This record gives sequence, C-alpha cells and structure tokens, in this order.
Amino acid sequence: MVAFAMTIGSPPTDEQGAPQREVIHRHSLAVRLTHWINVLCLALLLMSGLAIFNAHPMLYWGHTGYRGMPFLLGIGSKTDNGRAVGITRIADVDFDTTGVLGVSYDGNGRAQRRAFPSWLTLPSNAALALARDWHFLLAWLFVLNGAVYLGFSLVSGHVRRDLLPNADQLRARHVLSEIWDHLRLRAPRGEADRRYNILQKFTYLLVLFGLLPVMVLSGLTMSPAVTAAAPLLFDLLGGRQSARTIHFITANLLVLFVLVHVLQVLVSGAFNRMRAMITGRYVIRPERAS
Amino acid sequence: MKLRPRRRLLSRRQLLTAGVATAGSALLAGCDDIAGGPPFRAALDFGELLSMRLQRLLLAHQPLVREYPAELISADFPPNGTEMPAGFSYFELMISQFARWRLTVDGLVENTLSLSLDELKAMPARTQITQHNCDEGWTAIGQWTGVPLAHVLRQAGLKPEARYIVFHCLDEMVRTPDRSGFYYESIDLFDALHPQTILAYEMNGSTLPVRHGAPLRLRVERHVGYKHAKFITRIQAVERLDRIGRGKGGFWEDRGYQWYGGI
Repeated sequence: MVAFAMTIGSPPTDEQGAPQREVIHRHSLAVRLTHWINVLCLALLLMSGLAIFNAHPMLYWGHTGYRGMPFLLGIGSKTDNGRAVGITRIADVDFDTTGVLGVSYDGNGRAQRRAFPSWLTLPSNAALALARDWHFLLAWLFVLNGAVYLGFSLVSGHVRRDLLPNADQLRARHVLSEIWDHLRLRAPRGEADRRYNILQKFTYLLVLFGLLPVMVLSGLTMSPAVTAAAPLLFDLLGGRQSARTIHFITANLLVLFVLVHVLQVLVSGAFNRMRAMITGRYVIRPERAS
Repeated sequence: MKLRPRRRLLSRRQLLTAGVATAGSALLAGCDDIAGGPPFRAALDFGELLSMRLQRLLLAHQPLVREYPAELISADFPPNGTEMPAGFSYFELMISQFARWRLTVDGLVENTLSLSLDELKAMPARTQITQHNCDEGWTAIGQWTGVPLAHVLRQAGLKPEARYIVFHCLDEMVRTPDRSGFYYESIDLFDALHPQTILAYEMNGSTLPVRHGAPLRLRVERHVGYKHAKFITRIQAVERLDRIGRGKGGFWEDRGYQWYGGI
C-alpha cells in the first residue's frame, strides 16, 4: 500500500558506508492494475475514435457542422494527374499528407482514400457501427477503471503523498534544475528517485485531473441523450461540434503525453521502470560519485 | 419495465465471458475479422445495454432537449439517408402531393387508424427547433412541426402488451424479390410518449421536402440520425421486435448498428 517508502532489499549502504543499490516497492497493486487496464483502454479508444472520426473527417466550432460549412480541420483527398493525393486542411491551409492522412496504402500498396490509415483504426475497415460499439464499450471500462484508480488513490493517500508536489519541489531554483536535468535526459538517482520529480507530478496531475476529465465530458456532450439530461454541458463546452473538436484535440494531447511518457521510461532505465509497473519492485540507483 | 428485447439480456456466465473476451481482445493482433464475432458481440451488446440503462436513469423525469432560437437554423440542413425513394408508387404519391397517401396505425392498438395528411394536420401540433445529430459526427439545426406521436397513439389506444412502436417507410434501401429491404425503425414507449417525439410534416415553416422524408418523418430528439425514420407510411405497435425485418429493430440495426441511439 505504501508506495514509495517500503524497503524490500538491502539497506542503502554497505559496511564501508558506500552507497548501494536498493530495491523498493514503488507502485501498489491497484496502481499497476489500473495503469495497464488504462493502457489497453486508451489505445483501443484512440483507434476506435479515429475510425469514428473517419466517417466525417472534419472539425467545426459551435453547435452545428456539416459539409459546406466552414471548418477548422478537414482531411480529404483529390486526384492529381491520376494519382490520389491526401490533403489535410487546417485553418484554410492545405498540407499534402499522402501516405498517412487522406490517402494511405493497404498491404498491397493500393491507395485507399480515408482520413486516418487503416493500421490506426479499429476496425481497420470503414465499419462505423462496429467502431461505435467498441468505443462506447471501452469508454465504460475506461471510466470504471478510472473511478477505481481515483477512489483508491484518494483513500490510500497516493494523490496526497506521491502526486502533490512537496514544498521544496516548488521552489523556482528546484524547478529550473529539474528542467535542466530533463533537457539533458538525466534520470534521477538516489534520494531524488524516491519520489516523482516536479515536472512529472505536474504532468500526471494535468493528465489525471485535466485531460482525462475533459475527454469524458466532451465525449458525453456528443450524446443527445446525455445533453437532454444535462444541457449545461453545451454551455460548458460551447456546443456539440465544439465538444467534438475539444475531444479530438485532447485525444491528441494524450497521445503527446504517452509519447513523452514512454520516451522518459526508455531513457531512464526502461527495464527497471517496466518491472516497477509490472511487479512493483524498483531499484534505486546510488547517487553518482561526485 | 423491461426496455429491451429479452434476447439481449445476458446471463452471469455470458457477462463473465464477455468481460474476459474484452480484456483479451487487445492481445489479439489483427483481431479485425473477429472484432464483431460472437464473443465480442456479447460484450459490445452489454456496453449498449449499460449506456441505455444509465441514460434512462438520467432521463427518468423526461426532460426536454434544448430548443434553439430561429436564427440558429441551419441554412442547408443536409439530408440524412435516402433523398428520394425509388419506384413508381412513391412518385405517384409525390405528384399528387400525397393526397392519396395514408398513415396506417395498427398492431397492438384498440382502433386501427388510416389517416390522411389533412387529418394529421388537423390534430394538435408542436413546433420545435432542435439539433439533428448524425452518428457520423455532423450536426444541423432545423425547425420541425408535427403531431406528437403520443397523441396519435392515444387516438389508436395502445393495448397493454404494446412495448415498441415500429415505423415502416416508403424508401426501399435494398431491392430484394421478397421486398424486405424497406427502411424501418423502432423506438420503445419511453421515447414514443416523450413530448418532443413528433411526426413532422413541416420543416423550417414549409411543407416537409422530399429529401427530408415527405410527407411524414419521425423526430425522436434524444437519438442519433438513423432513428429518425423518413417517408413513414405505417406505424405498428408491437410487443417484440424479433419478428420484424431481420429482428434487430431497424434497417441499420439489422446491419450492425445499435438499436439504442442515445449516443
């Protein structure tokens, strides 16, 4: 239960008093389980979400949006000298995105005109009904899993103890030195590695209490039955199409978070960190000899 | 009150299987072909059931959906689905301005009705400016005038066994020798009796255009687009849906779409 404090392995120093590897119990079972269920949910939600998006690959602002209205982002295709060209239009500027967006290629190298490529969507064909089925089922799993995580984290003190910044971490000097360490991809060691660093804490709090709730609320705002029960959602998010656009942008921010998150794992001891999230055991490396 | 056909309800074992199947789904690379297969189907149907149960709980007091001011009406509201039913019989009705068109109300009712357009227009009317939500993602705002479905059903007198209202339409989506490819839809009484559920014959203050379902279409405002049946010719009250069409409650439902269209 106590995620960071429990020492499993040897004490931190040997007989000579030199620093040593120390094995701690880093992640509780609840955190590990909900983390991996969340990975599954977010991956499949993203893929089924992109499949739904492909049915109408345009984003608008306000209440209404349909073909012929001004749009913020649109993915389409045109034919140029007999060749299919994928076009992504953002705020009236066209980008040639052939190969990925608008036009992509199937296993046989044949051009397919579709917004997101089939390898990114669930299902891979243009089956809107099935994509919706998957998206809504996984949304349930995601929300229930998130509720378990949140309930556990609040009750067990995970949020207070591990996620909220400590006073010393909030000093400008400390924050700047953390930024400098991050820029050099320098992973923490010793005492500093017993807790999340300040940038990590900010990011996790932003994802947990910012991006993920916005994802759920903007998703709910697209349901005509939910907005019948809670029309306030329209005022909160600016209308059905605004909610759809916010849902899409926030999904992109989550993808960005996952990319950085995985990169951080890779550069700071991938094996050790993966083991910590699977078994809970985590090795604190000694401080560098100075 | 049971809200879904009995076959949709899952046993505990099916639920367990469904849960395991869902968790395991991501482990299967290229699970595409079976993504809609039987084990997943049970899980996916369970998700639909959960959404419907929760949304019905939230809607228990039957609130109205938001209605919009006239200046927000969409200039060129896109048609959803069929724009012009094929075939001579619809053409004939259309050129006579639907003078010979009748709405049949039958099934589990005390009095079978056959109503002309004028008779419907003489009934109490409701006008509402609401948002149409296609499941593809586009939305548009339109003004609709029509008879509350509840009024028509009261005139016919629902029998106590009636649980679903089926809308039979004039547009043939798929041509088959047995002529079973006509569009149809169904809703349950929870939605059928809602005050904003109307049989609309006017759009934006004029006669309902053909591409929007003339002479009569359904507005069922808490559902996505495909539930809003167009070109209605017959309303049938039934106890169960499994003997109509292919048994899933609608043309698109028979082809994989969810019967519950609240999302």
